[in-house]
Amino acid sequence: MDTSTNTLPLKERLLALFEENQEAIKGPSTPLVNRMRKNALSMFRKLGFPTTGLESWRFTDLTPLLKTEFEFDFSNQSRSMDIEKIFTCDVYDLDTFSVTLYNGWFVYQNAALTRLSNGTIIGSLAKAMEVYPDLVDQYIGKAAKPEQAGLTALNTAFMQDGLFIYVPEGIKVEKPIQLINIVDSEHPVFLQPRHLIVAGKNAGVTIVQCDHSLTHNISFTNSVVELFAEDNADVEHYMIQNKGRNSALITSSYFQQKKDSRLTTHAITLNGGFTRNIMDASIKESNCHSEHNGLYLVDSNQHVDNHLFIDHEAPGSYSDQLFKGILDDEARAVFSGKVLVRREAQKTIAHQNNKNILLTDEAKANTQPHLEIYADDVKCSHGATVGQLDPQAMFYMRSRGISERSARQLMMYAFAMEVVQKISIEALRDRMDHLVEKRLKGELSICDQCMLHCNSKEPTTFNIDLSKI
Amino acid sequence: MEEKNKNNHILDEVTGSEYKYGFYTDIEADQAPKGLNEDTVRFISAKKNEPEFMLEFRLKAFRHWKTLKEPDWAHVDYPPIDYQDIIYFSAPRKKPQYESLDEVDPELLETFDKLGIPLEEQKMLAGVAVDAVMDSVSVATTFRETLAEKGIIFCSFSEAVQKHPDLVKKYLGTVVPYTDNFFAALNCAVFSDGSFVYIPKGVKCPLELSTYFRINAANTGQFERTLIVAEEGSYVSYMEGCTAPMRDENQLHAAIVEIIAHKDAEVKYSTVQNWWPGDKHGKGGVYNFVTKRGICEGDNSKISWTQVETGSAITWKYPSLILKGNNTTGEFYSVAVTNNMQQADTGTKMIHLGKNTRSTIISKGISAGRSNNSYRGLVKTTRNAENARNFSQCDSLLLGDQCGAHTFPYLEVGNRSSVVEHEATTSKISEDQLFYCLQRGIDMESAIGLIVNGYAKEVLSKLPMEFAVEAQKLLSISLEGSVG
Repeated sequence: MDTSTNTLPLKERLLALFEENQEAIKGPSTPLVNRMRKNALSMFRKLGFPTTGLESWRFTDLTPLLKTEFEFDFSNQSRSMDIEKIFTCDVYDLDTFSVTLYNGWFVYQNAALTRLSNGTIIGSLAKAMEVYPDLVDQYIGKAAKPEQAGLTALNTAFMQDGLFIYVPEGIKVEKPIQLINIVDSEHPVFLQPRHLIVAGKNAGVTIVQCDHSLTHNISFTNSVVELFAEDNADVEHYMIQNKGRNSALITSSYFQQKKDSRLTTHAITLNGGFTRNIMDASIKESNCHSEHNGLYLVDSNQHVDNHLFIDHEAPGSYSDQLFKGILDDEARAVFSGKVLVRREAQKTIAHQNNKNILLTDEAKANTQPHLEIYADDVKCSHGATVGQLDPQAMFYMRSRGISERSARQLMMYAFAMEVVQKISIEALRDRMDHLVEKRLKGELSICDQCMLHCNSKEPTTFNIDLSKI
Repeated sequence: MEEKNKNNHILDEVTGSEYKYGFYTDIEADQAPKGLNEDTVRFISAKKNEPEFMLEFRLKAFRHWKTLKEPDWAHVDYPPIDYQDIIYFSAPRKKPQYESLDEVDPELLETFDKLGIPLEEQKMLAGVAVDAVMDSVSVATTFRETLAEKGIIFCSFSEAVQKHPDLVKKYLGTVVPYTDNFFAALNCAVFSDGSFVYIPKGVKCPLELSTYFRINAANTGQFERTLIVAEEGSYVSYMEGCTAPMRDENQLHAAIVEIIAHKDAEVKYSTVQNWWPGDKHGKGGVYNFVTKRGICEGDNSKISWTQVETGSAITWKYPSLILKGNNTTGEFYSVAVTNNMQQADTGTKMIHLGKNTRSTIISKGISAGRSNNSYRGLVKTTRNAENARNFSQCDSLLLGDQCGAHTFPYLEVGNRSSVVEHEATTSKISEDQLFYCLQRGIDMESAIGLIVNGYAKEVLSKLPMEFAVEAQKLLSISLEGSVG
């Protein structure tokens, strides 16, 4: 690891690192990808890291994080390892096709890329660029918008590995595909995984993306997901985030939907020092269904930021956003949901809802449900609330002999359940149900809710103190 | 198909109708030279024979303004303004101080007649004291005596500077400091005139105070400044109404309104704004960049903004409230109508600082033609604002498929006991309702008028009686039949 550039500010350091490690970064990438890198790098040079001066980053300040002296790994020094020894997923009945990224690198035993008998390809993006360059080139970079976001530009310039999924026309992948992102390092690491997911015409696939950290060291993950749903495809995308309190996780997901496709996303943040989920869905063709759900239960000084942008470019589509959160201690939640209905997108139905419960005076919620509408034959609504539990409901339960504590728990549980119940994988839903309940009772530690068994010596607890409700 | 043609016909007819209030009064104006520099500021101050502190205030503001950049975050689009190409001061040359209406320039009276606000009639019928501002200088003030008896000061701003410098000095710039924003700084430097209202302790103002603003001479910016001070336990209802004559070049209007409500005081501020919106191709029209802010300084005070915005090519305006005292109340009721190429980015800010403060926001946007109408609002509760309560509702109605309606709310909640709610809907005019009306023999145009008026009723009902009639008329003129 080169340390000569360590004293530079991170932006300059990254630019210098790119020059130094060009060979390693470019590796087996396709020529198209390497051309994209060049453009992206100049965009990053221009845009830099986002600052609070930007409208979309007003409440989310990266500056303190960026002062960390991060370490970079451009040549995958930890590839050969037995991942089974580190963890096993503890959602017991969750039958998935599971793949793992360890510090941003794809982990495998036999093959980096698997081709199932029905033609589905699952595996490492780096490998896919070697084996299926045409397929990768057809999609990669087509949904991401590096020109709008410095972090996406940075990821595009540095992308090396990540998850690649291709589901061919007409194939329904029965088992959910589970991606486990593990960050485990003694040093502060800066990771930039890149995922590419393609669901062909009439295809169906469910992806569960779990983010975990195994150590409590500082880490910065700047990941970009590009997901394409072709005509009449059916895609479900889950993000389950349980990170240590020193980790920063920024996931920029770009979704592109074609005619009659259905996309459902779930972003569930149970823990995380600094979490920002950027979800950008472009509805390119008519009659799509685009549903986005989110739940965040945060405390201490955690920061969670959900940033959604739904772009209705074509008529007759439906979009729905439902984000709910409970904030304890000095936690801060930001929700920014924007729906753009373009002139062509007549007959659009778009709903947006963000609800927050604040448990302390130190917790803070910022919510910006924005609508920008240029078509007249539409039904759009948005709502946002910040408040406490309904005193009338409380009175109702108290008058029926339910103790205050139980009544509060019941109401918070019900508040969160609205989102949990939208999870369609039964095993995962039950698990989440259980976790949320435990979390609200204050019995949950970060290691409990982690779906891995990492045997960490001292589990950190994150309690929601019910006496404060 | 036939129905559609008919609708299109109605649409053309309405959107094509000429601006009713477009005319030009030929009164000689006393103008400052074009352009803006310290000399202009000194010229204005000297012309108005202002005391030293005012000149200092203006110069400080001007120096600060030079360091600022014009904001570009609003959802509006207009060619850059050349601030050196504007005449910053223009006053009717014959500066009349009339005792009665008979002495007023008949031509001027005629202007007001055309506007449908005959002074005489208002004096008699409506019981409204009118401080008519035409191109920045007050030319007629009525009902002085009635108000003076109660100790109420209602006069032009320049008069207040001369006669009540202490009050002006005490309150000027306390709610909207000159550092607030680009346009506020500009206004502080070059403001020409405006109204000053002072309601003494315990006095309930017996009349609806009213000022009619008009922009008259070509190429002059209108920089109004209104200051309302309501002492403990007082009450006042203030009305502001605007119509501007037709002009081919864009006119800049950057006004400031400051309201201070002390303990138990209540101020009601109503606006009907119908400046020239430009023609249907977006040529001309007034740029309305206004900073309006009130502060509920004392406990239990209340300020409410009610606005009906139908005019201006570009509206950039956020009447705001700082709820500083405990148990204070803030209200914002707005109807904003945009047609043709108009652009409006308007809303409010409610900043809750005191305990048990509550605010209500009702905003109704109506877009037609190729216009864009945005609601942009902030509701903020700070840590100490215990039990703060806000309810916001922002609805948008779209008439026609070329217009845009946008909602940009910002909710920032900083303590656990406050409850903030926001809801908004955007839709087109209900076909069922239209069908119902048509089926009962109501023609298309009346039906739309009926539905739109019903839609805006919640806000219109908050207007004082005299205004409500005018506002309904304006709504009908702006919109009837604008559905294709």
